Amino acid sequence: MNWISPLLFLIALSTGVYLFVRRIQAIQQMIRLGRPDLPTDQPAKRWVQVFRLALGQQKMFRNVPVALLHLIIYAGFIIINIEVLEIVLDGLTGAHRLFHQPLGALYPILINSFEWLALGVWVACVFFLTRRNLIKVQRLWSKDLDGWPRSDANLILIIEIILMSLFLIMNAADTLLQARHVGHYAAAPTGPFVISSFLHPLLDGSSDAVLIALERSCWWLHILGILAFLNYLPYSKHLHILFAFPNAYYAPLITPGKMSNMPSIQQEVELAMNPAAATATSVAPPGRFGAKDVQDLGQKNLLDAFSCTECGRCSAACPAQHTGKLLSPRRIMMQTRDRMEDLKKLPVDQRDTDGKSLLHDYITVEELRACTTCQACVEECPVSINPLDIILQLRRYLVMEESNAPGEWTGMFGNVENNFAPWKFSPEERDAWMRANK
Amino acid sequence: MSLPPIKTMAEWLAEGKEPEVLFWVGCAGSFDQRAQRITRAFSRILQKLEIPFGILGKEEMCTGDPVRRAGNEFLFQMMAYQNIQILNGYNVKKIVTACPHCFNTLKNEYPELGGNFEVIHHTVFLQQLIDSGKIRLQEGGSFKGKRITYHDSCYLGRANQIYEAPRKVLEALDVELVEMKRCRSKGSCCGAGGAQMFKEEETGKTRINIDRTQEALETHASIIAAACPFCNTMMSDGVKLAEREADVQVLDIAEIVEASLNFSE
Repeated sequence: MNWISPLLFLIALSTGVYLFVRRIQAIQQMIRLGRPDLPTDQPAKRWVQVFRLALGQQKMFRNVPVALLHLIIYAGFIIINIEVLEIVLDGLTGAHRLFHQPLGALYPILINSFEWLALGVWVACVFFLTRRNLIKVQRLWSKDLDGWPRSDANLILIIEIILMSLFLIMNAADTLLQARHVGHYAAAPTGPFVISSFLHPLLDGSSDAVLIALERSCWWLHILGILAFLNYLPYSKHLHILFAFPNAYYAPLITPGKMSNMPSIQQEVELAMNPAAATATSVAPPGRFGAKDVQDLGQKNLLDAFSCTECGRCSAACPAQHTGKLLSPRRIMMQTRDRMEDLKKLPVDQRDTDGKSLLHDYITVEELRACTTCQACVEECPVSINPLDIILQLRRYLVMEESNAPGEWTGMFGNVENNFAPWKFSPEERDAWMRANK
Repeated sequence: MSLPPIKTMAEWLAEGKEPEVLFWVGCAGSFDQRAQRITRAFSRILQKLEIPFGILGKEEMCTGDPVRRAGNEFLFQMMAYQNIQILNGYNVKKIVTACPHCFNTLKNEYPELGGNFEVIHHTVFLQQLIDSGKIRLQEGGSFKGKRITYHDSCYLGRANQIYEAPRKVLEALDVELVEMKRCRSKGSCCGAGGAQMFKEEETGKTRINIDRTQEALETHASIIAAACPFCNTMMSDGVKLAEREADVQVLDIAEIVEASLNFSE
């Protein structure tokens, strides 16, 4: 009988990990739909960004109270995973609290700190649920999140609360059984833990058998819950806990004020302006100018889309969104991700012919036209996402491939081309300011 | 006393000399009547301090910022190519400009196209002149004690992390500097960037410049200081729409400094 439980555990664990790895590979494939543009230069500076922005959550601290609560959940998530290591090893070997013996006096200290964190996570998640659903903080209540995204956000918080509760109830039952000198529980005498001992009065009336059943159920539900969560993660907005790291690594090291260059156009213009200086090193023109669909975007743009946790800090800071325009930078990221997921569902050979594209079918012209390129969205994003870069690439396609610009812009282009200024003034008047008085 | 004349780069070249710095005026500074006053204020500061500077005059062209952000990369590259040819032709090393959009394009986007210059925004330039003692300000000048709020330009602030220089200039004038709710890296756009200046705003609850001006007015400042000709236009329009022209002025940092110069004629 001793081998049944470890075997079941092995099956659950390997299935969970296998499915997770497959899903991550699928996401990798989706990101590879984009132009290869992930930078590899200056690794030292990039690692600094990873430590500062992803691990250090620097930008979260633009709002300190929320940042602290978020940090508790994050620390809880990372540190409690050390406990999960023990749970996994216990599960595989059929042991109980495998680390208790070797760690000695350190063990209760560790578990006590996990319990404090678990309580912290529990409280923070309840607070965040309240902010979302009762206080209705604007960016968390926005219509961007209507439907699945809102359930997704709530579901994650509820799962975290359940997992933490299971962990604490498991410890409470375990330590109670120890005190009653029951079986193998007594063999790992950790003594009561700081938080879960508060649950003892609730459980004390139960028989040994009930407590054992409770402890085992919590143990199994906790680890199965973690495996389920692991697989839920890459289908949800919560993927940011992993992708924030590569996203910080690949984030641009230069000022956000600089727009990406288009070398093929640069070369074409240089050739037209000065044919004599034509060089042999030619840059092949892209299939299309600007971006119409996710395949035209860079891989960093697509990684951005998977890293987005839909917190809406970008949209809250966006002047267009603030004044009631259709544009919401968060929606740009969500639509980009949705487009990739929709493309993935199609057979590879049908992906170019599904009659849809990111531009028009997922992101409308009106949204793109509302952007002032103020970079507030880029500045706000805690995980280094750049919605502006996608907006500008789609604008390039609109103007250069579809000649789709508002009339005023067409006029402005004509003025710049012919009068060298966006207004209809003669270049002869450019120095007129010197002659005018006051 | 008459001020030294403003010379074009062509005139400097004819004399066989090179000025210390090129003043890049920009399209707004050249053609927009309100922005022309900023251009004249800044050039008078340069003239009064006898800083040798040149302008491109009729040879200057749009940097291409609005067309690039609207999506017209071809036209941007054409403007960049022509400007870089002219600038390199005059062997320009250092550029000062009163327009954050020109500043950003010249500083960040021209280098990879072959235009490598030291580019400096006029607020930083003025701050350096104050710090080095070259600009002496009137004691108890007309702005002393005035309640002023500074509106961050996106292309100066978030795009180039210049938040303090304009504020330091104002502080040197002993003004009462008050901040808007959204300032520095959280500063809200005036609504002009990304070529919005040249088109009607999309449909929404309100206009961006009205929203931002409202925030500025809430500080009860009598002067809204700007450092960008486009912000100046948007905020001035906002003040007009709020019917507060009588008691609230929108002024560029250069205009405020020029009016406070301690300059013995």
